[in-house]
Amino acid sequence: MTVDASPSWAAAIPHEPGVAKPDPILVVKGVNRRFGGLLAVDVDHLEVQRGAITALIGPNGAGKTTLFNLLTGFDQPDQGSWLFADRDLSGVPAHRVAHHGMVRTFQLTKSLALLTVMENMKLGATGQRGERFWGALLRPLWGRQEKEIEERAGVLLEQFKLLHVRDEFAGALSGGQRKLLEMARALMVQPDLVMLDEPMAGVNPALKQSLLAHVKQLRADGMTVLFVEHDMDVVYDISDWVVVLAQGRIIAEGPPAAIGANPKVIDAYLGTHFAEGGGEALGELGPEENLEVDEAGLGQPAPEGPDGA
Amino acid sequence: MDWALILRSTGQAAFGPVACYYALAAAGLNIHIGYTGLLNFGQAAFGAVGAYGLAVAVLTYGVPFWAALFIGLLGSIVLALVLGLPTLRLRSDYLAIVTLAAAEIIRLVVRSVRYTGTLGGTDGLQAFGDDFFRLNPFDGGPYTPLQFRPDQVWLLVCAWPLVGLVLLVTFLLMRSPWGRVIKAIREDEDAVRSLGKNTYWYKMQSLMLGGVFGAMAGIVFAMSKQSVNPDDYGTRFTFITLAVMILGGTARVVGPVVGSVIYIGVLQFLDVFLRQAIDAGLVPGWVPIDVNKVAIIRLIFVGVTLVLLMIFRPQGILGDRREVAIRDR
Repeated sequence: MTVDASPSWAAAIPHEPGVAKPDPILVVKGVNRRFGGLLAVDVDHLEVQRGAITALIGPNGAGKTTLFNLLTGFDQPDQGSWLFADRDLSGVPAHRVAHHGMVRTFQLTKSLALLTVMENMKLGATGQRGERFWGALLRPLWGRQEKEIEERAGVLLEQFKLLHVRDEFAGALSGGQRKLLEMARALMVQPDLVMLDEPMAGVNPALKQSLLAHVKQLRADGMTVLFVEHDMDVVYDISDWVVVLAQGRIIAEGPPAAIGANPKVIDAYLGTHFAEGGGEALGELGPEENLEVDEAGLGQPAPEGPDGA
Repeated sequence: MDWALILRSTGQAAFGPVACYYALAAAGLNIHIGYTGLLNFGQAAFGAVGAYGLAVAVLTYGVPFWAALFIGLLGSIVLALVLGLPTLRLRSDYLAIVTLAAAEIIRLVVRSVRYTGTLGGTDGLQAFGDDFFRLNPFDGGPYTPLQFRPDQVWLLVCAWPLVGLVLLVTFLLMRSPWGRVIKAIREDEDAVRSLGKNTYWYKMQSLMLGGVFGAMAGIVFAMSKQSVNPDDYGTRFTFITLAVMILGGTARVVGPVVGSVIYIGVLQFLDVFLRQAIDAGLVPGWVPIDVNKVAIIRLIFVGVTLVLLMIFRPQGILGDRREVAIRDR
């Protein structure tokens, strides 16, 4: 596995949960979400560095996706608030979150099956005059804007090697192509922060390399990336910073190399064999941690229906 | 066998008021179910609100006919808001239950004894469209080759262009970015929300638009016999509308018209044809069909045809087989 040299800011700050970043784009303060008796998310403090790739890892049920849902307005927290680009986004509905420059993808790929690839892309553009009911009736009002959007979509499709299928139904694409489409579509929003929920799940090795390159390109283009991933090779490869969630709480933070050696993380998620470089086998842990170990064993995402097609 | 009668009768039905208002109702339902994926199982409610809005405004409150038309249409927008506000944030199956119930509630309220003075009770309301028919430029007749009566011709001359207008609006909207959002909501609402679209409001707009089309259907229905009756707007209305929409091809602009003309035409053809065949002694004695059972037998026939259509051509007459295949992936 290749480990990128950590950026200088990452070396300069302590590797501990909730540590302040020099230039945070996202600041989460005391967010918790309870499902019945289960405290799914309980994050005291979390900052995400602007322009960096931050990985969010942790066993299944750790609350990673729930945290995504909360931050993007798809779920409401019981408590807490968060600032995105110095703006309080707590309580802001999902569709408005996107307008503020924060866009997410989903664990189960949500390609819009009966729209063509190009229509999927064009949907992502914000501020479209033709999306208003009365304006929609008159093409002259939105025709030119539509052309501009189509050109922008064409450039992205080219980058993601989807241009040749632009007129196919999205539902006719392979699982991997749909992952690419979903990411490209999110970029049509022109976001500052891209949140990817398991972008590599169910993707073959060759495509994985291409997706990795795309994620790195996002950083090069000045975007911030926060992503959930179980594939540790991917995490080591592309992330500048890793946040580890277990049972809703942040148990560790640091650059990827430091995280791999962190005993807490090994206990809760990675297993000892992984830390020794021996792959993903489960570690031998004390009996009190057996439950968590089981969860860690399920850490690889299950094959998902539509992606398996 | 009088083939001239059979064909004329079939043509009268296929291009007459009945096909016309089912085309309108199905065009509305197509907006809801076909394009947006809103499971509306109470299109009769919108029809009833349109028809009763018109009739009650004219007869009970003395509103001029032309203003009363707008009250009927406005009523459907209000109904869409009332149904949509609580349910559109929930999963789509809730809307199905609520619309089904709402249609029955409306039917039972308008036929109730308590409001007979205002809403007409089980007898309904009659003769509210005189202002419309007074403008009828047609007289004499019958108008060949289908031999419509003058008042029917006048209604149809107004109503079919209305259907055309409805289809034009549907076409213009569905090729626009607005239509793209609507169709995307049908595919996956959360994905659309994550891309910054207020899906709740789009669904509300869709419910209102399809509701207005439904109210137009109710108004044409009411005008076709200058009468509204509560039981015209039962589940039967809703399910024929649904059958018409599916037959024509869901999410196809002209699907509702094709579906309606064929469905209503075939129904009438079977009716007249079977009666003629029985009268002419063409039905052998061992077949248990007589003139009194024709009305039921033709419905059985149509039902079987719809089942076969769903098996062998699930996309409807105008639909695209590829779309169904992708759905099933």
